[in-house]
Amino acid sequence: MQKLDSKIPDGPLAEKWSRYKAGLRLVNAANKKKIEIIVVGSGLAGSSAASALGELGYKVKVFCFQDSPRRAHSVAAQGGINAAKNYKNDNDSIYRLFHDMMKGGDYRAREANVYRAAEVSNDVIDHFTALGVPFARDYGGSLDTRSFGGVQVSRTFYAKGQTGQQCLLGTYSSLNRQIAKGTVKMFPRRDMLDVVIVDGKARGIITRNLLTGEIERHSAHAVVLATGGYGTVFYLSTLGLGSNASAAWSAYKKGAVFANPSFIQIHPTSIPVLNDYQCKLTLMSESLRNDGRVWVPKEKGDKRHPTEIPEEERDYYLERRYPAFGNLVPRDVASRAAKERCDAGYGVGDTGLSVYLDFKDAIEAQGEKAIRDKYGNLFEMYEKITGINPYKQPMRIYPAGHYTMGGLWVDYNLMTTIPGLFAIGESNFSDHGANRLGASSLMQCCGDGYFILPNTISDYLADDIRTGKIPVESKAFDEAAHASADKVKRIMAVNGKQTASSFHKRLGKIMWDHCGMRRDADGLKKGLELLDELEKEFWADICIPGSENDYNQELEKALKVADFFEVGRLMCEDALQREESCGAHFREEHQTETGEAKRNDAEYAYVGAWEYQGADEKPKLHKEPLKFEFVEVKERSYK
Amino acid sequence: MDFTLKIWRQEHAKAKGGFKTYPLKDVSPEMSFLEMLDYLNMQLIEGGDVPVTFEHDCREGICGTCGLYINGRPHGPMRNTTTCELHMREFTDGETIVIEPWRASAFPVIKDLAVDRSSFERIMHAGGFISTNTGCAPEANSSPISKHISDKAFDAAACIGCGACVAACKNSSAMLFAAAKIAQYAMIPQGKVEGKERVDQMVQQMDAEGFGFCSNTYGCEFDCPKGISVDFIALMNREFFSAKVCSQKRQ
Ligand SMILES: Cc1cc2nc3c(=O)[nH]c(=O)nc-3n(C[C@H](O)[C@H](O)[C@H](O)COP(=O)(O)OP(=O)(O)OC[C@H]3O[C@@H](n4cnc5c(N)ncnc54)[C@H](O)[C@@H]3O)c2cc1C
Ligand code: SF4
Ligand code: FES
Repeated sequence: MQKLDSKIPDGPLAEKWSRYKAGLRLVNAANKKKIEIIVVGSGLAGSSAASALGELGYKVKVFCFQDSPRRAHSVAAQGGINAAKNYKNDNDSIYRLFHDMMKGGDYRAREANVYRAAEVSNDVIDHFTALGVPFARDYGGSLDTRSFGGVQVSRTFYAKGQTGQQCLLGTYSSLNRQIAKGTVKMFPRRDMLDVVIVDGKARGIITRNLLTGEIERHSAHAVVLATGGYGTVFYLSTLGLGSNASAAWSAYKKGAVFANPSFIQIHPTSIPVLNDYQCKLTLMSESLRNDGRVWVPKEKGDKRHPTEIPEEERDYYLERRYPAFGNLVPRDVASRAAKERCDAGYGVGDTGLSVYLDFKDAIEAQGEKAIRDKYGNLFEMYEKITGINPYKQPMRIYPAGHYTMGGLWVDYNLMTTIPGLFAIGESNFSDHGANRLGASSLMQCCGDGYFILPNTISDYLADDIRTGKIPVESKAFDEAAHASADKVKRIMAVNGKQTASSFHKRLGKIMWDHCGMRRDADGLKKGLELLDELEKEFWADICIPGSENDYNQELEKALKVADFFEVGRLMCEDALQREESCGAHFREEHQTETGEAKRNDAEYAYVGAWEYQGADEKPKLHKEPLKFEFVEVKERSYK
Repeated sequence: MDFTLKIWRQEHAKAKGGFKTYPLKDVSPEMSFLEMLDYLNMQLIEGGDVPVTFEHDCREGICGTCGLYINGRPHGPMRNTTTCELHMREFTDGETIVIEPWRASAFPVIKDLAVDRSSFERIMHAGGFISTNTGCAPEANSSPISKHISDKAFDAAACIGCGACVAACKNSSAMLFAAAKIAQYAMIPQGKVEGKERVDQMVQQMDAEGFGFCSNTYGCEFDCPKGISVDFIALMNREFFSAKVCSQKRQ
């Protein structure tokens, strides 16, 4: 691979995108009909892209592993979606949204990409409203907003605690319209196993039909990955159980560079682990920190019932440590602060691994009904899972693996280092630096899919108007299909004794302990050793009952776990090389006197992008320097 | 807690299925229903058996993937609760629990407890959208919508597409599912424009898929995990009849 070229256009920040866009080439309507595009993923990113491309007249094929595109994990997003509408007249603007994201990401994102995401955010809200997405409204009938962590304005649009569901049903509806028109063809219940490269360009994918086990070949002129995040590397996370790294990982192994793999967000407010067989943690939305106050007892090991602990014996540690932002500090800061209190022995609950999120004051001030209107479904969810009524006593919460800022490296066109292979939504690395601010992922996914990718991919496809249909009978397709089939056979042949989930659980524990909220060099090295050992054990003792030519959920899981070992290793390597703390990446060795993350801008203001070198070789690190022309890089302070 | 599980096992769509009984010991009351099944599957696999196939993804009641017929009720005994949100503390120690897939001819069994709900997809393709292209939307606040209406539209839009309403209905009617989408759009100005075509096409598709008619027994509302109201069915029927009248007038 040559040098990484981010293709950031010149010019003033606010004009970069419009000028660049004006120079992009087009494909005329008659030619679009002859061009095929594969979109893998039907979440907000994939379904918005696919429907916009279908509207333009391209022939689109969409893939997802669920039985319906409506079930992609975007559906679980709760809190909201940001836009710089300034409806509250609180002096919000595109620049301010951009600035908040740069600062929130601890200055490890590209200015031009972040500004563009902020710039198209308002169009996303307009489009969703036109699609009938029922965002919350005020009594005058206008759209309502609320506040999220790390910002001082109110710019988050929401639909109760189900914003992701409502937005996804919006993109799903536009997808359905294109399916009805015949521009989009849907392929559910498929796992992507590989990307096919023909003469240096991405020209198709290999999938496994999850019902029949058939290894299938699909060709197109370009491939878009919108396969979401890989927080499930921790086993316990807020993601759906099927979420995985495998699609992106297959692209990495074919030469797509993978950026900042260790930048992974641990969300501060999830329901803590309740039993040993738990395989999933449920998020309690960040929006709750608008009204909920986080505390632990001032006395170590205080076992009293929370309602019996008087006000003066409570430590509202976020308000104490960060008076300017209080309970609304960004996620990385809130998570580490919770871990700090629990590690110091102040945690609550049987395991001591949780803190309180208390609504008593908000209920007293606003009344139970107002709180119910805002968070009703979250409170119900909490009660169903824990059996405890949060209107009567505080919730117990603890951090959980949640979002991957890292992902496939893309240039300004959202194209990976493989020509014709694009990555959008959470699967790319581009807009959130070392920490994502709440409600900006939905915004980025839809901006990428509806408003950015359709323009940049057309420019790429302008060279393909005479190419003709890509055949699936070729050496490249044969090789990729055989390699996928071999991988399946190899894993089935192990015929061991332990289940995929039991390996996944142990793998997740290694990652959580050694590459989680706090990291240090010794721990990371230890993590790498443990991963190697466990991976060997996996390939000697994995047990997959049944046949590969059938609906086999154990096989699906095992294939994903096999990739997680490799992903985990790259995360550890990445965390090791970054000798600084920034955002969610916290190295014990690099902290300020008050225990905050200490960046090293002189040496580490770069994107760490890894290139695969073969199974037994160390991957190669490329550094894309980050230039800051429009923000002043400061120590991030929320005090 | 200890349980006796009677689970529907069926190798594939065309195979003859039947119940198999599994005793299960040492279940924690803190486990979710699906975690209990994971626990069973782990024991089956370790004992050299083939695990029970059941579908799920989010495990927090929002994706609509899970759905089991538990002791004769879709999603089990708790109201407003999906299968994945159900916890074992709701059952009594020593109980026998019968677990089946959704039963409806429009939802054929794929394997064990997994069914094919693609008929729901085709109903959505028939009209579950507002026809607007990307890029042509007016400013979001340019047409205010009363909070009352938009809250009601939200209530309809909360459907997760799980299919419990069909499983609950003795006629296997999909009225509640279709009505939720039709009503959401019928209530707001953006959706009214093509309202008549929408209801017409979605109802036609529902019939074509082999879903039954509605005989107003309201089992669907009772078992819907998202509390979708049967009032939306009435609203849909009004839309449907006015669409019919209009098309007759046009002819
Ligand atoms: C519980 C929770 C709450 C959140 N709340 C918010 C919020 O309030 N605001 C906000 O902005 N963000 C929130 N986020 C983050 C946000 O929801 C996600 O980052 C975003 O929705 C990701 O969308 P996506 O389209 O990139 O991927 P997803 O929605 O995850 O979709 C991935 C798609 O890829 C497909 N896929 C994956 N792997 C394969 C494969 N190997 N083969 C075939 N198909 C594959 C899947 O089937 C799916 O269709 C939340 C996240 C979680 C987990
Ligand atoms: S109406 Fe209720 S029961 Fe029917 S599919 Fe929707 S959420 Fe499920
Ligand atoms: S698994 Fe998603 S609703 Fe139950």
